[in-house]
Amino acid sequence: MLNYFYHHILSFTIWVPVLAGIAVLASADENNPNATRWSALLGGLVSFLVSIPLYTRFDFTDGGFQYQEGFSWIPAFNINYHLGADGLAVPLILLTSFTTLIVIISAWEVIQKRVAQYMACFLIMSGLMIGVFSALDAILYYVFWEAMLIPMFLVIGIWGGPNRVYATVKFFLYTLLGSLLMLVAFIYLYLSTGSFEITDYYKFAMPLNVQVLIFLAFFVAFAVKIPMWPVHTWLPDAHVEAPTGGSVVLAAIALKLGGYSFLRFAMPIAPDAAHHLSGYMIALSLIAIVYIALVALVQKDMKKLIAYSSISHMGFVTLGFFIFNNLGLEGAIVQMMSHGFISAAMFLCVGVLYDRVHSRQIESYGGVANTMPAFAAFAVFFAMSNAGLPGTSGFVGEFMVILGAIQSNFWYAFLASFTLIFGAAYTLWMVKRVFYGEVANEQVAALKDLNKREFLILAILATMVLALGVYPQPLTDMTNATVTQLLSQFTQSKLPVGLGL
Amino acid sequence: MENIRYDLITALPEIIIVSMAMFILLADLFLKPANRIAIYVLAQLSLLGAAYFTFSTHVPSVSYAFTGTFVDDAMSDVLKLMIYLGTSLIFVYSRQYIQDRNMFRGEFYALALFSVLGMMIMVSGQSLLTLYVGLELLSLSLYALVALDRDNAKATEAAMKYFVLGALASGMLLYGMSMIYGMTGSLNIAEINTALMAGPKIHSVLILGLVFIVSGLAFKLGAVPFQMWVPDVYEGSPTAVTMLISSVPKLAAFAFVIRILVLALPSLAVDWQQMLMIMAVLSIIIGNITAIAQTNLKRMLAYSTISHVGFLLYGLMSATINGFIFAMFYVVSYVLMALAGFGIILLLSRKGFEADKLDDLKGLNQRSPWHAFLMLIVMFSMAGVPPTLGFYAKFSVLQAALAAGFLWLVVFAVLMAVIGAFYYLRVIKLMYFDEPVDHHPIEAPMDMRIVLGFNALALLVVGIMPEKLMEICIYTITSSLS
Repeated sequence: MLNYFYHHILSFTIWVPVLAGIAVLASADENNPNATRWSALLGGLVSFLVSIPLYTRFDFTDGGFQYQEGFSWIPAFNINYHLGADGLAVPLILLTSFTTLIVIISAWEVIQKRVAQYMACFLIMSGLMIGVFSALDAILYYVFWEAMLIPMFLVIGIWGGPNRVYATVKFFLYTLLGSLLMLVAFIYLYLSTGSFEITDYYKFAMPLNVQVLIFLAFFVAFAVKIPMWPVHTWLPDAHVEAPTGGSVVLAAIALKLGGYSFLRFAMPIAPDAAHHLSGYMIALSLIAIVYIALVALVQKDMKKLIAYSSISHMGFVTLGFFIFNNLGLEGAIVQMMSHGFISAAMFLCVGVLYDRVHSRQIESYGGVANTMPAFAAFAVFFAMSNAGLPGTSGFVGEFMVILGAIQSNFWYAFLASFTLIFGAAYTLWMVKRVFYGEVANEQVAALKDLNKREFLILAILATMVLALGVYPQPLTDMTNATVTQLLSQFTQSKLPVGLGL
Repeated sequence: MENIRYDLITALPEIIIVSMAMFILLADLFLKPANRIAIYVLAQLSLLGAAYFTFSTHVPSVSYAFTGTFVDDAMSDVLKLMIYLGTSLIFVYSRQYIQDRNMFRGEFYALALFSVLGMMIMVSGQSLLTLYVGLELLSLSLYALVALDRDNAKATEAAMKYFVLGALASGMLLYGMSMIYGMTGSLNIAEINTALMAGPKIHSVLILGLVFIVSGLAFKLGAVPFQMWVPDVYEGSPTAVTMLISSVPKLAAFAFVIRILVLALPSLAVDWQQMLMIMAVLSIIIGNITAIAQTNLKRMLAYSTISHVGFLLYGLMSATINGFIFAMFYVVSYVLMALAGFGIILLLSRKGFEADKLDDLKGLNQRSPWHAFLMLIVMFSMAGVPPTLGFYAKFSVLQAALAAGFLWLVVFAVLMAVIGAFYYLRVIKLMYFDEPVDHHPIEAPMDMRIVLGFNALALLVVGIMPEKLMEICIYTITSSLS
């Protein structure tokens, strides 16, 4: 029994939340939303527990795919249900099941309208995103990748703000456009290799011009998801309109799908094109880091500010990818994880305020620290980590990427380090205007401090941020072997001898 | 004598349908209105009987009857079974609707069964003449069905349009057939092929004939630039009839195209490939872009059909065995989606109220989450979003087109699919994000609810496990085309 579980552990982490979601939906009773909430919490908890053995049973010396399982799914196209996870995927899978649990708790009394559908959307989405991280077959991956859009589309559209329809349709169409081009790339690779196995693509040699086209098809899909400048415009809209849970999942996990996919597909399948185009990629990353940080500075809406800050931080991730060294890549992965925790926490903080005052505008607040001291402590802590304060997880990733960038080119590092200044500027300025100073108005004066539920989730996230900042080794141990293997794939030319890197 | 008996056994399903259709017409005269339900049962039973004989006499090999004008092969059997299934679903979905609109009469079922007979002859035609007769039987029954509600001015207008344009298309088809006959001296599909392979013919005459044939086919399929009738007829017809027009006849049309273009005229493949290519691209553009501007759900689905036909042509224009297999897969998926989509419209309609405006779907999630979910599946399937059946349908035809070397056409189709996704998303937006205007409880017979549930969920389930359906298509096409 237990053995069966250990052999199909990835399937369990995918399908337990999906089935839990369906169960919540099926057993929902409109008149008894509390029962729904408890059953959703149970589902989220079981899903999280099921994913824990991925960490405890992980082989830290192996950089390849572990926990592999599979069977032939659609023989007519040679499509397999093939799962596996390496040191890159496992942390992200854990992050996903963890975040889903947080989201379920955070929605407790906040969501009053159609509770079962809300909870079910997040549980199902969690399973689908874990599927994206663990699929080793291109079509299986694609199915999860696209299917994940459906619950997110509904979450933003049903429980979102006033302009939600525009935001959610824009989100859906942007992502769909990118991913359909990726599908064409997959079909092309299938016709050339006769397989949808990702590992077969790694071995498949292509001339540079083909590689560039394949890389660009992937690039469009993933750049939209990350998002990279200039295809980032859906993100601020989606974040602003989404309910808190939606923002949390978007920022903490959905963006990582793009980063993960770069490392899984675009770069190892078309390594020469990745090197060939790395200049452009670095330029786009630096624009995101510097320019988007400046854009964040002038935002009046707190959620928008954090959204732009996310784009800027994800710029670090893509910069880390394309400088092609150990430090940069590892830093990028740490940055992805850290951003997962910090951005989730920041959006939850905004959610706490929004639930009380129903405004996201910075100018509606002022002096919140006087009425909500405990909350202010948390918020300031997360703001500091967002700005990259040493001792928090935000520092580790950024520092590693900057160190990696110096190895590659001093000026990359020089420009990237601007973020430490801008990041501090926009986050702390927001904190100052919202939390400090005189109590701005009656609404702020009437604010009640955190309740137990809010305190619990913020405390858990703060612990994670601090733990990852002080002692990132458990994470880096996990990624080490994989990073070495990924780098060797990126630097192995697929071109004929003499034309290589 | 032996021969005649053999012929009759081969065409037994057709004979069942035709005799039942006539029996229904007759029985209707003697039935009290209260007992009309018997006619419905009879119509379902005749489909069941035909299905039983089609299934039980099925052999993988090809056999000919009626001096080689009628063929019984895997393709005819499989498609006939699907036609029975589709028609049977239509009967289930439409019963309440036509009762409410005073169309629940013997004529409806007799005409529908005659149209089924026409489709059966189309899929089994081995001579240009048989094919043509089947097509005309189908078309004439459909014209009459559109006008069945004779007090409805819109329906009458739609019937006139359909008839005039349809007759024109039939004329073109016949003219093209006569040219092919003139060049080859035969009406038989196989003999035409041998004659064309045997020696050089006057190419320009053949091409002229081909152009007429392709135009006629394109009209029946509703491909651009012969699509003008589609939106008007879809909108004007009673929804039950729209459902019939939009769904199962596409299966017959697919067989028709395969018989004429692939089995009779493979030597002209290069030429019809180009024609199909142009029509495919235009259909996808016009269908997807015009659909955005529609406010009427039936009209929107009409344009959506046009774009689906475009994708279907992507499979056919590849002119490879795989392309035909995937085109068949696409048609079958499309029929399932169209049935479920129109099924939802019928479900929401009630006496004196047609749920054919997009706004009628507003807030469906609050009125009935289950049916909103079913429509959600249908819409995502039509948009081609995994894990629904529509994804594999699009995926496979695009794969066939890419294998045939149409890289940029595939990229183009993909971009158009994004535009298409927009109007399907709008339907979901109305159902899920808007407040309901119509608070009427949904009243529909239980059998319809259950069947519709299975129909829509099939889009999801077959989408997750498409292997069986794909195997059927592979079996059908490979054993019929070898």
